[in-house]
Amino acid sequence: MTSFWSGWIILLTAFTIAATTWLLFANRYSTSKEGDTTGHVYDGIEEYDNPLPAWWLWLFVLSIVFGVGYLIFYGLGNYPGLFGWTQTKQYEAEMAEADAKYSPVYERYAAMTIEEVAEDQQAMRMAGRLFNSNCAQCHGSDAKGNRGYPNLTDSDWLWGGEPEQIKTTLVNGRQAAMPGWEAVLKETGVHEVSEYVLKMSGQEHDAAMATAGEKHYQTYCLACHGPEGKGNPMMGAPNLTDDVWLYGGTRMRIRETLIKGRNGQMPAQQDTLSAEKIHLLAAYVYNLAQ
Amino acid sequence: MKHEAIEKNIGLMIPLIIVAISFGALVEIVPLFFQKSVNEPIKGLKPYSALRLEGRDIYVKEGCYTCHSQMIRPFRWETERYGHYSVAGEFIYDHPFQWGSKRTGPDLARVGERYSDDWHRAHLYNPRDVVPESNMPGFPWLFENKIDGDKTARKMEAMRTLGAPYTDEDIANAKQAVDGKTEIDALVAYLQGLGTLLKQKR
Repeated sequence: MTSFWSGWIILLTAFTIAATTWLLFANRYSTSKEGDTTGHVYDGIEEYDNPLPAWWLWLFVLSIVFGVGYLIFYGLGNYPGLFGWTQTKQYEAEMAEADAKYSPVYERYAAMTIEEVAEDQQAMRMAGRLFNSNCAQCHGSDAKGNRGYPNLTDSDWLWGGEPEQIKTTLVNGRQAAMPGWEAVLKETGVHEVSEYVLKMSGQEHDAAMATAGEKHYQTYCLACHGPEGKGNPMMGAPNLTDDVWLYGGTRMRIRETLIKGRNGQMPAQQDTLSAEKIHLLAAYVYNLAQ
Repeated sequence: MKHEAIEKNIGLMIPLIIVAISFGALVEIVPLFFQKSVNEPIKGLKPYSALRLEGRDIYVKEGCYTCHSQMIRPFRWETERYGHYSVAGEFIYDHPFQWGSKRTGPDLARVGERYSDDWHRAHLYNPRDVVPESNMPGFPWLFENKIDGDKTARKMEAMRTLGAPYTDEDIANAKQAVDGKTEIDALVAYLQGLGTLLKQKR
Protein backbone atom coordinates (compact mmCIF):
# COMPACT_ATOMS: atom_id res chain seq x y z
CA MET A 1 0.00 0.00 0.00
CA THR A 2 1.32 3.49 -0.79
CA SER A 3 1.91 5.83 2.13
CA PHE A 4 -0.85 8.08 0.81
CA TRP A 5 -3.49 5.39 1.20
CA SER A 6 -2.00 4.23 4.46
CA GLY A 7 -2.23 7.82 5.73
CA TRP A 8 -5.76 8.11 4.36
CA ILE A 9 -6.84 5.05 6.30
CA ILE A 10 -5.08 6.07 9.51
CA LEU A 11 -6.31 9.68 9.46
CA LEU A 12 -9.91 8.80 8.64
CA THR A 13 -9.98 6.09 11.28
CA ALA A 14 -8.47 8.40 13.91
CA PHE A 15 -10.91 11.13 12.93
CA THR A 16 -13.87 8.75 13.19
CA ILE A 17 -12.80 7.58 16.64
CA ALA A 18 -12.24 11.15 17.83
CA ALA A 19 -15.55 12.34 16.38
CA THR A 20 -17.45 9.47 17.97
CA THR A 21 -15.88 10.19 21.34
CA TRP A 22 -16.67 13.89 21.04
CA LEU A 23 -20.26 13.13 20.05
CA LEU A 24 -20.67 10.82 23.01
CA PHE A 25 -19.47 13.36 25.56
CA ALA A 26 -21.04 16.36 23.83
CA ASN A 27 -24.41 14.70 24.36
CA ARG A 28 -23.53 13.81 27.92
CA TYR A 29 -24.05 17.29 29.30
CA SER A 30 -27.06 19.42 28.76
CA THR A 31 -28.30 22.59 30.30
CA SER A 32 -31.55 21.02 31.37
CA LYS A 33 -32.33 20.26 34.98
CA GLU A 34 -33.65 17.04 36.51
CA GLY A 35 -37.28 16.67 35.52
CA ASP A 36 -37.09 18.89 32.42
CA THR A 37 -38.68 17.52 29.28
CA THR A 38 -37.55 17.74 25.68
CA GLY A 39 -40.80 19.48 24.84
CA HIS A 40 -41.92 16.54 22.67
CA VAL A 41 -45.54 15.63 23.35
CA TYR A 42 -47.27 12.75 21.65
CA ASP A 43 -50.86 12.06 22.66
CA GLY A 44 -50.14 13.64 26.03
CA ILE A 45 -46.97 11.56 26.57
CA GLU A 46 -43.93 13.69 27.35
CA GLU A 47 -40.20 12.86 27.05
CA TYR A 48 -37.67 13.60 29.83
CA ASP A 49 -34.47 15.34 28.74
CA ASN A 50 -32.11 13.10 30.74
CA PRO A 51 -28.49 12.27 29.88
CA LEU A 52 -27.48 8.70 29.01
CA PRO A 53 -27.41 6.36 32.02
CA ALA A 54 -23.83 5.94 33.26
CA TRP A 55 -23.63 2.18 32.55
CA TRP A 56 -24.65 2.82 28.98
CA LEU A 57 -22.13 5.60 28.57
CA TRP A 58 -19.37 3.36 29.91
CA LEU A 59 -20.28 0.61 27.48
CA PHE A 60 -19.68 3.12 24.70
CA VAL A 61 -16.40 4.18 26.27
CA LEU A 62 -15.32 0.55 26.61
CA SER A 63 -16.11 -0.08 22.95
CA ILE A 64 -13.95 2.86 21.93
CA VAL A 65 -11.09 1.67 24.15
CA PHE A 66 -11.44 -1.85 22.73
CA GLY A 67 -11.38 -0.44 19.19
CA VAL A 68 -8.22 1.58 19.81
CA GLY A 69 -6.57 -1.42 21.49
CA TYR A 70 -7.51 -3.64 18.55
CA LEU A 71 -5.85 -1.25 16.11
CA ILE A 72 -2.71 -1.06 18.26
CA PHE A 73 -2.36 -4.85 18.38
CA TYR A 74 -3.58 -5.80 14.89
CA GLY A 75 -2.41 -2.80 12.89
CA LEU A 76 -3.85 -0.06 10.71
CA GLY A 77 -2.81 1.02 7.22
CA ASN A 78 0.87 0.21 6.87
CA TYR A 79 1.37 0.04 10.63
CA PRO A 80 1.68 -3.71 11.26
CA GLY A 81 0.48 -3.69 14.86
CA LEU A 82 2.18 -5.18 17.89
CA PHE A 83 1.13 -8.73 16.94
CA GLY A 84 2.25 -8.26 13.33
CA TRP A 85 -0.77 -10.36 12.34
CA THR A 86 -1.72 -10.91 8.71
CA GLN A 87 -4.07 -13.36 7.07
CA THR A 88 -1.20 -14.82 5.06
CA LYS A 89 1.02 -15.25 8.11
CA GLN A 90 -1.76 -17.01 9.97
CA TYR A 91 -2.23 -19.36 7.02
CA GLU A 92 1.49 -20.02 6.73
CA ALA A 93 1.76 -20.75 10.46
CA GLU A 94 -1.14 -23.19 10.13
CA MET A 95 0.59 -24.92 7.22
CA ALA A 96 3.97 -25.02 8.98
CA GLU A 97 2.38 -26.56 12.06
CA ALA A 98 0.66 -29.24 9.99
CA ASP A 99 3.86 -29.83 8.05
CA ALA A 100 5.87 -30.39 11.23
CA LYS A 101 3.24 -32.84 12.42
CA TYR A 102 2.63 -34.83 9.25
CA SER A 103 5.76 -34.63 7.14
CA PRO A 104 7.72 -37.15 9.29
CA VAL A 105 4.88 -39.62 8.70
CA TYR A 106 4.86 -39.01 4.96
CA GLU A 107 8.66 -39.16 4.81
CA ARG A 108 8.69 -42.50 6.57
CA TYR A 109 6.33 -43.94 3.97
CA ALA A 110 8.15 -42.25 1.09
CA ALA A 111 11.29 -44.16 2.10
CA MET A 112 9.44 -47.48 1.90
CA THR A 113 8.61 -49.34 -1.31
CA ILE A 114 5.04 -49.25 -2.61
CA GLU A 115 4.59 -52.93 -1.70
CA GLU A 116 5.72 -52.24 1.87
CA VAL A 117 3.46 -49.21 2.23
CA ALA A 118 0.54 -51.30 0.95
CA GLU A 119 1.04 -53.62 3.94
CA ASP A 120 0.92 -50.77 6.46
CA GLN A 121 -2.47 -50.34 8.15
CA GLN A 122 -2.02 -46.69 9.09
CA ALA A 123 -0.75 -45.78 5.63
CA MET A 124 -3.76 -47.43 4.05
CA ARG A 125 -6.16 -45.54 6.32
CA MET A 126 -4.47 -42.25 5.38
CA ALA A 127 -4.48 -43.16 1.71
CA GLY A 128 -8.14 -44.16 1.91
CA ARG A 129 -9.02 -40.60 2.89
CA LEU A 130 -6.84 -39.19 0.12
CA PHE A 131 -8.58 -41.53 -2.31
CA ASN A 132 -12.00 -40.35 -1.21
CA SER A 133 -11.04 -36.68 -1.63
CA ASN A 134 -9.20 -36.99 -4.91
CA CYS A 135 -10.09 -40.16 -6.78
CA ALA A 136 -13.59 -41.26 -5.77
CA GLN A 137 -15.28 -38.73 -8.05
CA CYS A 138 -14.41 -40.90 -11.06
CA HIS A 139 -13.42 -44.29 -9.68
CA GLY A 140 -16.19 -44.35 -7.07
CA SER A 141 -15.99 -44.40 -3.30
CA ASP A 142 -15.78 -48.20 -3.51
CA ALA A 143 -13.03 -47.88 -6.19
CA LYS A 144 -15.06 -50.15 -8.45
CA GLY A 145 -15.14 -47.59 -11.21
CA ASN A 146 -17.90 -46.75 -13.58
CA ARG A 147 -18.60 -46.78 -17.28
CA GLY A 148 -15.48 -45.17 -18.74
CA TYR A 149 -13.65 -45.18 -15.40
CA PRO A 150 -11.73 -48.36 -14.61
CA ASN A 151 -12.49 -50.63 -11.70
CA LEU A 152 -9.38 -50.53 -9.50
CA THR A 153 -10.28 -53.51 -7.35
CA ASP A 154 -9.90 -56.23 -9.97
CA SER A 155 -6.67 -57.59 -11.41
CA ASP A 156 -7.31 -56.25 -14.89
CA TRP A 157 -5.15 -53.26 -15.84
CA LEU A 158 -5.20 -50.96 -18.84
CA TRP A 159 -1.85 -49.31 -18.20
CA GLY A 160 -0.21 -51.99 -16.09
CA GLY A 161 -0.67 -53.00 -12.49
CA GLU A 162 2.91 -53.10 -11.30
CA PRO A 163 3.58 -50.61 -8.47
CA GLU A 164 5.75 -48.37 -10.62
CA GLN A 165 3.26 -48.44 -13.50
CA ILE A 166 0.46 -47.38 -11.16
CA LYS A 167 2.62 -44.57 -9.86
CA THR A 168 3.42 -43.41 -13.39
CA THR A 169 -0.29 -43.36 -14.16
CA LEU A 170 -0.91 -41.17 -11.13
CA VAL A 171 2.02 -38.82 -11.71
CA ASN A 172 1.70 -38.18 -15.44
CA GLY A 173 -1.89 -39.11 -16.07
CA ARG A 174 -2.94 -41.18 -19.06
CA GLN A 175 -4.60 -40.32 -22.33
CA ALA A 176 -6.19 -43.14 -24.25
CA ALA A 177 -6.72 -42.56 -27.96
CA MET A 178 -9.02 -44.91 -29.77
CA PRO A 179 -10.19 -43.20 -32.96
CA GLY A 180 -13.68 -43.62 -34.35
CA TRP A 181 -13.77 -46.08 -37.25
CA GLU A 182 -17.06 -45.33 -38.90
CA ALA A 183 -15.48 -43.36 -41.75
CA VAL A 184 -13.08 -46.20 -42.55
CA LEU A 185 -15.16 -49.28 -41.87
CA LYS A 186 -18.58 -47.94 -42.85
CA GLU A 187 -21.66 -49.34 -41.17
CA THR A 188 -21.21 -52.94 -42.33
CA GLY A 189 -17.57 -52.95 -41.32
CA VAL A 190 -18.46 -51.67 -37.86
CA HIS A 191 -21.05 -54.43 -37.50
CA GLU A 192 -18.61 -57.09 -38.68
CA VAL A 193 -15.82 -55.98 -36.34
CA SER A 194 -18.23 -55.81 -33.42
CA GLU A 195 -19.24 -59.44 -34.11
CA TYR A 196 -15.56 -60.41 -34.12
CA VAL A 197 -15.00 -58.61 -30.80
CA LEU A 198 -18.00 -60.48 -29.37
CA LYS A 199 -16.43 -63.72 -30.63
CA MET A 200 -13.05 -62.92 -29.04
CA SER A 201 -14.70 -62.27 -25.71
CA GLY A 202 -16.59 -65.55 -25.92
CA GLN A 203 -20.06 -64.07 -26.39
CA GLU A 204 -22.89 -65.08 -28.70
CA HIS A 205 -22.13 -63.76 -32.21
CA ASP A 206 -22.80 -64.13 -35.94
CA ALA A 207 -20.02 -66.42 -37.18
CA ALA A 208 -20.01 -65.26 -40.83
CA MET A 209 -19.85 -61.59 -39.89
CA ALA A 210 -17.16 -62.30 -37.31
CA THR A 211 -14.99 -63.91 -39.98
CA ALA A 212 -15.38 -60.84 -42.15
CA GLY A 213 -14.69 -58.67 -39.14
CA GLU A 214 -11.46 -60.52 -38.38
CA LYS A 215 -9.98 -59.25 -41.64
CA HIS A 216 -10.74 -55.65 -40.68
CA TYR A 217 -9.40 -56.35 -37.22
CA GLN A 218 -6.09 -57.65 -38.54
CA THR A 219 -5.77 -54.52 -40.70
CA TYR A 220 -6.83 -51.75 -38.35
CA CYS A 221 -7.07 -52.94 -34.78
CA LEU A 222 -4.11 -55.21 -34.12
CA ALA A 223 -1.61 -52.35 -33.89
CA CYS A 224 -2.99 -51.46 -30.48
CA HIS A 225 -5.07 -54.42 -29.35
CA GLY A 226 -2.58 -57.05 -30.58
CA PRO A 227 -3.08 -59.96 -33.00
CA GLU A 228 -4.95 -61.99 -30.39
CA GLY A 229 -6.86 -59.05 -28.88
CA LYS A 230 -4.97 -59.24 -25.62
CA GLY A 231 -4.45 -55.48 -25.51
CA ASN A 232 -1.32 -53.47 -24.86
CA PRO A 233 -0.57 -51.67 -21.58
CA MET A 234 1.88 -49.36 -23.38
CA MET A 235 -1.09 -47.69 -25.08
CA GLY A 236 -3.75 -48.51 -22.54
CA ALA A 237 -5.42 -50.68 -25.17
CA PRO A 238 -7.83 -53.00 -23.37
CA ASN A 239 -7.77 -56.77 -23.55
CA LEU A 240 -10.78 -57.71 -25.71
CA THR A 241 -10.80 -61.40 -24.89
CA ASP A 242 -11.94 -61.20 -21.25
CA ASP A 243 -15.26 -60.11 -19.78
CA VAL A 244 -13.99 -56.81 -18.31
CA TRP A 245 -15.37 -53.84 -20.24
CA LEU A 246 -14.61 -50.20 -19.73
CA TYR A 247 -17.40 -48.90 -21.96
CA GLY A 248 -19.69 -51.92 -21.93
CA GLY A 249 -19.42 -55.26 -23.72
CA THR A 250 -22.84 -55.57 -25.27
CA ARG A 251 -23.25 -55.52 -29.05
CA MET A 252 -24.61 -51.97 -28.99
CA ARG A 253 -21.89 -50.66 -26.70
CA ILE A 254 -19.12 -52.22 -28.78
CA ARG A 255 -20.59 -50.65 -31.91
CA GLU A 256 -20.81 -47.29 -30.15
CA THR A 257 -17.14 -47.57 -29.20
CA LEU A 258 -16.17 -48.46 -32.77
CA ILE A 259 -18.18 -45.59 -34.23
CA LYS A 260 -17.27 -42.81 -31.82
CA GLY A 261 -13.87 -43.90 -30.60
CA ARG A 262 -12.88 -43.58 -26.96
CA ASN A 263 -10.54 -41.08 -25.40
CA GLY A 264 -10.47 -41.84 -21.74
CA GLN A 265 -8.34 -39.49 -19.74
CA MET A 266 -6.72 -39.88 -16.36
CA PRO A 267 -5.66 -36.39 -15.21
CA ALA A 268 -2.02 -36.01 -14.13
CA GLN A 269 -1.68 -35.51 -10.40
CA GLN A 270 1.91 -34.28 -10.21
CA ASP A 271 0.96 -30.60 -10.14
CA THR A 272 -1.83 -31.19 -7.67
CA LEU A 273 -0.65 -33.69 -5.10
CA SER A 274 2.73 -33.91 -3.39
CA ALA A 275 5.02 -36.79 -4.34
CA GLU A 276 4.54 -38.32 -0.87
CA LYS A 277 0.77 -38.40 -1.25
CA ILE A 278 1.02 -39.88 -4.74
CA HIS A 279 3.28 -42.57 -3.27
CA LEU A 280 0.64 -43.41 -0.67
CA LEU A 281 -2.14 -43.43 -3.25
CA ALA A 282 -0.14 -45.69 -5.58
CA ALA A 283 0.24 -48.13 -2.68
CA TYR A 284 -3.49 -47.86 -1.94
CA VAL A 285 -4.46 -48.64 -5.53
CA TYR A 286 -1.93 -51.44 -5.64
CA ASN A 287 -3.38 -52.84 -2.42
CA LEU A 288 -6.97 -52.65 -3.73
CA ALA A 289 -6.25 -55.21 -6.38
CA GLN A 290 -4.32 -57.63 -4.14
CA MET B 1 -26.09 23.13 15.75
CA LYS B 2 -29.06 22.10 17.81
CA HIS B 3 -29.97 18.45 17.46
CA GLU B 4 -33.56 19.49 17.08
CA ALA B 5 -32.74 21.27 13.83
CA ILE B 6 -31.53 17.99 12.33
CA GLU B 7 -34.33 15.89 13.77
CA LYS B 8 -36.99 18.11 12.32
CA ASN B 9 -35.44 18.57 8.89
CA ILE B 10 -35.35 15.28 6.97
CA GLY B 11 -33.69 16.98 3.99
CA LEU B 12 -30.71 17.74 6.23
CA MET B 13 -30.81 14.47 8.14
CA ILE B 14 -30.48 12.24 5.05
CA PRO B 15 -27.22 13.79 3.77
CA LEU B 16 -25.77 13.85 7.28
CA ILE B 17 -26.59 10.15 7.78
CA ILE B 18 -24.93 9.40 4.45
CA VAL B 19 -21.84 11.31 5.52
CA ALA B 20 -21.78 9.50 8.88
CA ILE B 21 -22.04 6.00 7.44
CA SER B 22 -19.73 6.65 4.47
CA PHE B 23 -16.62 6.68 6.63
CA GLY B 24 -16.57 2.89 6.78
CA ALA B 25 -16.63 2.65 3.00
CA LEU B 26 -14.05 5.40 2.60
CA VAL B 27 -11.63 3.51 4.84
CA GLU B 28 -12.39 -0.10 3.92
CA ILE B 29 -13.36 0.00 0.24
CA VAL B 30 -12.03 3.12 -1.50
CA PRO B 31 -8.29 2.36 -0.93
CA LEU B 32 -8.83 -1.07 -2.55
CA PHE B 33 -9.71 0.62 -5.84
CA PHE B 34 -6.08 1.72 -6.03
CA GLN B 35 -4.27 -1.41 -4.81
CA LYS B 36 -2.24 -3.41 -7.33
CA SER B 37 -3.08 -6.64 -5.56
CA VAL B 38 -6.74 -6.31 -6.46
CA ASN B 39 -6.43 -4.37 -9.72
CA GLU B 40 -3.86 -6.31 -11.68
CA PRO B 41 -4.46 -9.70 -13.25
CA ILE B 42 -2.18 -12.47 -12.03
CA LYS B 43 0.52 -13.65 -14.41
CA GLY B 44 -0.90 -15.47 -17.40
CA LEU B 45 -4.53 -14.48 -16.85
CA LYS B 46 -6.43 -14.01 -20.08
CA PRO B 47 -9.98 -12.84 -20.64
CA TYR B 48 -12.48 -15.62 -21.31
CA SER B 49 -12.46 -16.99 -24.85
CA ALA B 50 -15.74 -16.68 -26.74
CA LEU B 51 -16.75 -20.24 -25.90
CA ARG B 52 -15.80 -19.95 -22.24
CA LEU B 53 -17.62 -16.63 -21.94
CA GLU B 54 -20.77 -18.34 -23.22
CA GLY B 55 -20.12 -21.21 -20.83
CA ARG B 56 -19.88 -18.74 -18.00
CA ASP B 57 -23.29 -17.34 -18.91
CA ILE B 58 -24.71 -20.87 -18.78
CA TYR B 59 -23.13 -21.31 -15.36
CA VAL B 60 -25.03 -18.20 -14.26
CA LYS B 61 -28.22 -19.10 -16.11
CA GLU B 62 -28.46 -22.55 -14.56
CA GLY B 63 -27.82 -21.09 -11.11
CA CYS B 64 -24.67 -23.10 -10.42
CA TYR B 65 -23.56 -20.34 -8.04
CA THR B 66 -26.44 -21.08 -5.70
CA CYS B 67 -24.75 -24.33 -4.65
CA HIS B 68 -21.11 -23.88 -5.71
CA SER B 69 -18.73 -21.18 -4.53
CA GLN B 70 -15.62 -20.11 -6.43
CA MET B 71 -13.61 -18.80 -3.52
CA ILE B 72 -11.03 -20.82 -1.63
CA ARG B 73 -10.32 -19.20 1.71
CA PRO B 74 -6.80 -19.17 3.18
CA PHE B 75 -7.30 -22.02 5.63
CA ARG B 76 -5.44 -25.29 5.57
CA TRP B 77 -8.62 -27.37 5.52
CA GLU B 78 -9.67 -25.55 2.35
CA THR B 79 -6.35 -25.54 0.52
CA GLU B 80 -5.80 -29.25 1.30
CA ARG B 81 -8.99 -30.05 -0.54
CA TYR B 82 -9.17 -27.43 -3.27
CA GLY B 83 -5.65 -26.11 -3.85
CA HIS B 84 -4.09 -22.66 -3.54
CA TYR B 85 -6.36 -20.08 -1.91
CA SER B 86 -8.07 -17.65 -4.25
CA VAL B 87 -6.49 -14.26 -4.88
CA ALA B 88 -8.17 -11.09 -6.15
CA GLY B 89 -6.07 -10.94 -9.32
CA GLU B 90 -7.70 -14.13 -10.62
CA PHE B 91 -11.11 -12.47 -10.93
CA ILE B 92 -10.16 -9.30 -12.84
CA TYR B 93 -12.15 -10.33 -15.94
CA ASP B 94 -15.13 -11.70 -14.01
CA HIS B 95 -18.14 -9.44 -14.42
CA PRO B 96 -19.84 -10.23 -12.15
CA PHE B 97 -17.66 -12.55 -10.10
CA GLN B 98 -19.04 -15.97 -9.20
CA TRP B 99 -17.64 -16.24 -5.68
CA GLY B 100 -20.99 -17.40 -4.40
CA SER B 101 -21.88 -17.62 -0.75
CA LYS B 102 -23.01 -21.17 -0.22
CA ARG B 103 -21.46 -24.58 -0.66
CA THR B 104 -24.05 -27.26 -1.07
CA GLY B 105 -21.64 -28.74 -3.58
CA PRO B 106 -17.87 -28.34 -3.49
CA ASP B 107 -15.99 -25.17 -4.32
CA LEU B 108 -15.22 -24.89 -8.04
CA ALA B 109 -12.54 -22.18 -8.02
CA ARG B 110 -9.88 -24.72 -9.09
CA VAL B 111 -11.96 -27.41 -10.73
CA GLY B 112 -10.21 -26.79 -14.09
CA GLU B 113 -8.21 -29.77 -15.43
CA ARG B 114 -9.07 -31.78 -12.35
CA TYR B 115 -11.39 -34.15 -14.20
CA SER B 116 -11.57 -35.18 -17.83
CA ASP B 117 -14.01 -33.52 -20.24
CA ASP B 118 -15.83 -36.84 -20.50
CA TRP B 119 -16.29 -36.89 -16.75
CA HIS B 120 -17.84 -33.41 -16.76
CA ARG B 121 -20.22 -34.36 -19.54
CA ALA B 122 -21.29 -37.57 -17.84
CA HIS B 123 -21.57 -35.78 -14.51
CA LEU B 124 -23.63 -32.88 -15.86
CA TYR B 125 -25.95 -35.22 -17.76
CA ASN B 126 -26.73 -37.15 -14.62
CA PRO B 127 -24.38 -36.72 -11.65
CA ARG B 128 -25.36 -40.09 -10.18
CA ASP B 129 -23.96 -41.87 -13.24
CA VAL B 130 -20.49 -41.12 -11.92
CA VAL B 131 -21.00 -40.16 -8.28
CA PRO B 132 -23.77 -42.35 -6.85
CA GLU B 133 -23.89 -40.34 -3.60
CA SER B 134 -24.44 -36.99 -5.37
CA ASN B 135 -27.55 -34.88 -4.83
CA MET B 136 -26.80 -32.48 -7.68
CA PRO B 137 -29.51 -32.17 -10.33
CA GLY B 138 -28.85 -33.33 -13.89
CA PHE B 139 -28.75 -30.88 -16.78
CA PRO B 140 -29.61 -33.03 -19.83
CA TRP B 141 -30.97 -30.13 -21.88
CA LEU B 142 -27.49 -28.60 -22.12
CA PHE B 143 -26.65 -31.39 -24.58
CA GLU B 144 -29.38 -30.30 -26.99
CA ASN B 145 -29.37 -26.51 -26.71
CA LYS B 146 -27.12 -24.76 -29.18
CA ILE B 147 -25.25 -21.58 -28.36
CA ASP B 148 -26.76 -18.52 -29.96
CA GLY B 149 -23.64 -17.06 -31.55
CA ASP B 150 -25.38 -13.84 -32.62
CA LYS B 151 -24.97 -12.40 -29.15
CA THR B 152 -21.44 -13.60 -28.41
CA ALA B 153 -19.69 -10.67 -30.06
CA ARG B 154 -21.90 -8.17 -28.24
CA LYS B 155 -21.19 -9.87 -24.93
CA MET B 156 -17.47 -9.59 -25.62
CA GLU B 157 -17.85 -5.92 -26.50
CA ALA B 158 -19.66 -5.35 -23.23
CA MET B 159 -16.83 -7.12 -21.39
CA ARG B 160 -14.33 -4.94 -23.24
CA THR B 161 -15.99 -1.79 -21.94
CA LEU B 162 -15.56 -3.31 -18.48
CA GLY B 163 -11.84 -3.79 -19.04
CA ALA B 164 -11.31 -7.18 -20.65
CA PRO B 165 -8.60 -6.68 -23.30
CA TYR B 166 -10.29 -8.35 -26.27
CA THR B 167 -8.86 -7.47 -29.67
CA ASP B 168 -11.13 -6.55 -32.59
CA GLU B 169 -10.08 -9.86 -34.10
CA ASP B 170 -11.29 -11.79 -31.02
CA ILE B 171 -14.66 -10.13 -31.34
CA ALA B 172 -14.87 -10.61 -35.10
CA ASN B 173 -14.18 -14.33 -34.67
CA ALA B 174 -16.58 -14.75 -31.76
CA LYS B 175 -19.53 -16.08 -33.76
CA GLN B 176 -17.35 -18.54 -35.58
CA ALA B 177 -15.75 -19.76 -32.34
CA VAL B 178 -19.09 -20.82 -30.86
CA ASP B 179 -20.71 -21.90 -34.12
CA GLY B 180 -22.46 -25.25 -33.78
CA LYS B 181 -21.36 -25.69 -30.17
CA THR B 182 -23.83 -26.94 -27.63
CA GLU B 183 -24.30 -25.44 -24.20
CA ILE B 184 -22.50 -28.40 -22.62
CA ASP B 185 -19.42 -27.74 -24.79
CA ALA B 186 -19.34 -24.16 -23.56
CA LEU B 187 -19.94 -25.01 -19.92
CA VAL B 188 -17.27 -27.73 -19.86
CA ALA B 189 -14.81 -25.35 -21.56
CA TYR B 190 -15.56 -22.77 -18.88
CA LEU B 191 -15.17 -25.24 -16.01
CA GLN B 192 -11.94 -26.70 -17.39
CA GLY B 193 -10.29 -23.28 -17.31
CA LEU B 194 -11.20 -22.38 -13.75
CA GLY B 195 -8.31 -21.59 -11.46
CA THR B 196 -5.63 -23.40 -13.42
CA LEU B 197 -3.04 -20.62 -13.16
CA LEU B 198 -2.13 -20.96 -9.51
CA LYS B 199 -0.70 -24.36 -8.79
CA GLN B 200 0.01 -25.59 -5.32
CA LYS B 201 0.72 -29.15 -4.36
CA ARG B 202 -1.46 -30.44 -1.62
